[in-house]
Amino acid sequence: MIQALNDAMDVMMARDPRVLVFGEDVGFFGGVFRVTDGLQARHGRHRCFDTPIAEGGIVATAIGMAAYGLRPVPEIQFADYILPAYDQLVSEAARLRYRSGGEFEAAITVRSPYGGGIFGGQTHSQSPEAIFAHITGLKTVIPSNPHDAKGLLIAAVEDDDPVIFLEPKRLYNGPFDGHGDGPLKTWAGHTRAEVPSGYYTVPLGKADVVRPGGDLTILAYGTMVHVALAAVKASGCDGEVIDLRSIVPLDIDSISASVERTGRCLIVHEASRFSGFGAELAALVQERCFYSLERPVMRVCGWDTPYPHAFEWDYFPSPQRVGTAITRLLARD
Amino acid sequence: MSGIGLHVPEPGARPGDEPDFSHIVVQPAGSVDCPPHDADEHELRHLAFDLIRVLDDDDHARGGWNPRLDPDVLRAGLEAMLLTRAFDDRLFRLHRQGKTSFYMKSTGEEACAVAPSLALRRDDMAFPTYRVAGWLHARGYPLERMVNQIFSNAEDPLRGRQLPILYSARDYGFYSLSGNVGSRFGHAVGWAMAAAYSGRDQIALGYIGEGTTAEGDFHEALTFASVYRAPAILCVTNNQWAISSFSGIANGTAQSFAAKAIGYGLPGLRVDGNDFLAVWSVIDWAARRARAGLGATLIEFFTYRAAGHSTSDDPTRYRPASEAAHWPLGDPVERLSGHLTAIGEWDEAREETLKAELAARVAAAVAVAEKVGTLGKSKPPLREMFLGVFKEPDWRLTEQMRELGLEEHD
Repeated sequence: MIQALNDAMDVMMARDPRVLVFGEDVGFFGGVFRVTDGLQARHGRHRCFDTPIAEGGIVATAIGMAAYGLRPVPEIQFADYILPAYDQLVSEAARLRYRSGGEFEAAITVRSPYGGGIFGGQTHSQSPEAIFAHITGLKTVIPSNPHDAKGLLIAAVEDDDPVIFLEPKRLYNGPFDGHGDGPLKTWAGHTRAEVPSGYYTVPLGKADVVRPGGDLTILAYGTMVHVALAAVKASGCDGEVIDLRSIVPLDIDSISASVERTGRCLIVHEASRFSGFGAELAALVQERCFYSLERPVMRVCGWDTPYPHAFEWDYFPSPQRVGTAITRLLARD
Repeated sequence: MSGIGLHVPEPGARPGDEPDFSHIVVQPAGSVDCPPHDADEHELRHLAFDLIRVLDDDDHARGGWNPRLDPDVLRAGLEAMLLTRAFDDRLFRLHRQGKTSFYMKSTGEEACAVAPSLALRRDDMAFPTYRVAGWLHARGYPLERMVNQIFSNAEDPLRGRQLPILYSARDYGFYSLSGNVGSRFGHAVGWAMAAAYSGRDQIALGYIGEGTTAEGDFHEALTFASVYRAPAILCVTNNQWAISSFSGIANGTAQSFAAKAIGYGLPGLRVDGNDFLAVWSVIDWAARRARAGLGATLIEFFTYRAAGHSTSDDPTRYRPASEAAHWPLGDPVERLSGHLTAIGEWDEAREETLKAELAARVAAAVAVAEKVGTLGKSKPPLREMFLGVFKEPDWRLTEQMRELGLEEHD
């Protein structure tokens, strides 16, 4: 997935001189996760460069560049560190077009590694997507595989709205189904790891039914897509797993169509549960599919605690927890 | 005072006290040297502690910072400052008459907006604060458009989405304003970096208030500006007051605001902000430096906020009512008018005629805007509330429009 993301930026930098990549350690070194590796060598120091450790300044700079007409793709080293830039994203990027009557736009794509499963503790594991989804004017994208990662990132760079692009860091080097003690897998051989060369897009706001099924609908994104698939397989049920791919814009039609058919809905995300994005999904499903629902909508999420180091696998939604929820949703009266 | 205890700074005078500006050292006009614009930063450091002034007490221009402007330019500057003041007075009264919700005046700070607006190019970009309306007046922005914005009426160029006076005027080199202070200072640096990246010699001018220099945005912008040698002019308008907090609460008594530049390796110039010629001159100096690829300059406009913070403020609650009259650097309009008179290019009769003409222009613009409607009497089509959030409204905005009885393409 690292190569796919790198390739997306490489393709866009070659196609469009307005695309600039910058952030902490992204230049000569190529980023702490190597996602920008080689971009400086290929496209020049003026197009891919290191920044001071100032996330607010990084995003402010990007917005000013976008106001000039460039298409910056800044990196925030970990999503846990994005909060100093939150004011810029909320008060400036999300509102610039609206408040200026369309005179200025903030067409920026803020990339950031996010999520847990890597023993990163409180400060390298969080999933803050809900605080961006709540801000109207921002788009929030979360890929779950290399193919989508490249196509979604290219679509994000071309999008005229500010996009928060959250990269599940546990998926950088391979799929992960939530078994913390299992062997490490690489992307080799995975169907969604075949990444076409050159330019292509995966549109924002179009969910992917990664496993069709009739028993229940599981809504997931990022790493949890793989966890959900593992749980469905283990349960032996015919569950439908939908990879949302972007939570704003949200593919509500795919969600409604699926839940109306299955009558059962489970939402899985890594972020803590209370006021998480699952709450919005549950409300939407209830509003739109109430008369099709056979069971209450359920959520399996991170607990409402900070991300705990020693308790990585107790906190991280496991296939077992998802499986328990599946059993409850499918239980006969 | 010595010994242990929490120190909380206080201004020299509070309501009921005699105004006290005895701590301000006013250097004679023309006494500060004017180094070449490509001088090394370390040769410029004294300028962060001096006070660059051109106009002396006898209304004559003195010294190396005298920009030697054509009298026509000086008259254009005077007219724009007088227009700013006429507009402010009229709109402030309209607020008191209940015709809009909010207004902010620039009184006393007009030179800090007008001189840079005239000195810089049309393809440069200002990242203003809410006390820089003079920038627009100096460039002939249509007055009725400003009033329509202030009334949030059907002709509001910002479509009813923004608080009065938080203008956006791209074609006039005026970036979108917001009520959050400081958060656009870094945009100026990013815009300047983008210009440099694009190989063009445009520059960005960022404004920030002295109170807001305490925000991280200020320091991050200076860091980026210095690291990437951004062609930007970064201006601190030190008008002594951040609502009710005197400049000492922003650490202004410990050191000048211009001196903060030194830590970032940037030139810092401290200038008499009520001296139109001096403001012009430092902007021109910094612009030549930036266009030569020598990077950013920090400028402190030393001035005084003669009016309240906004229509919601009553400055007599926290400072002596007569403080503005005691401000040692005088009034920018009177000083430029006095200079033009002293050089035989202006007189009282012409000024009275001009003032009457400007008042009539403002009144005519207000009449046009009032015909469209004042706040609440007229507003843009309701669908404007939903447009511009995203490039294209997503399904939830479309559904919410429908909920309000609007069709997407109403």
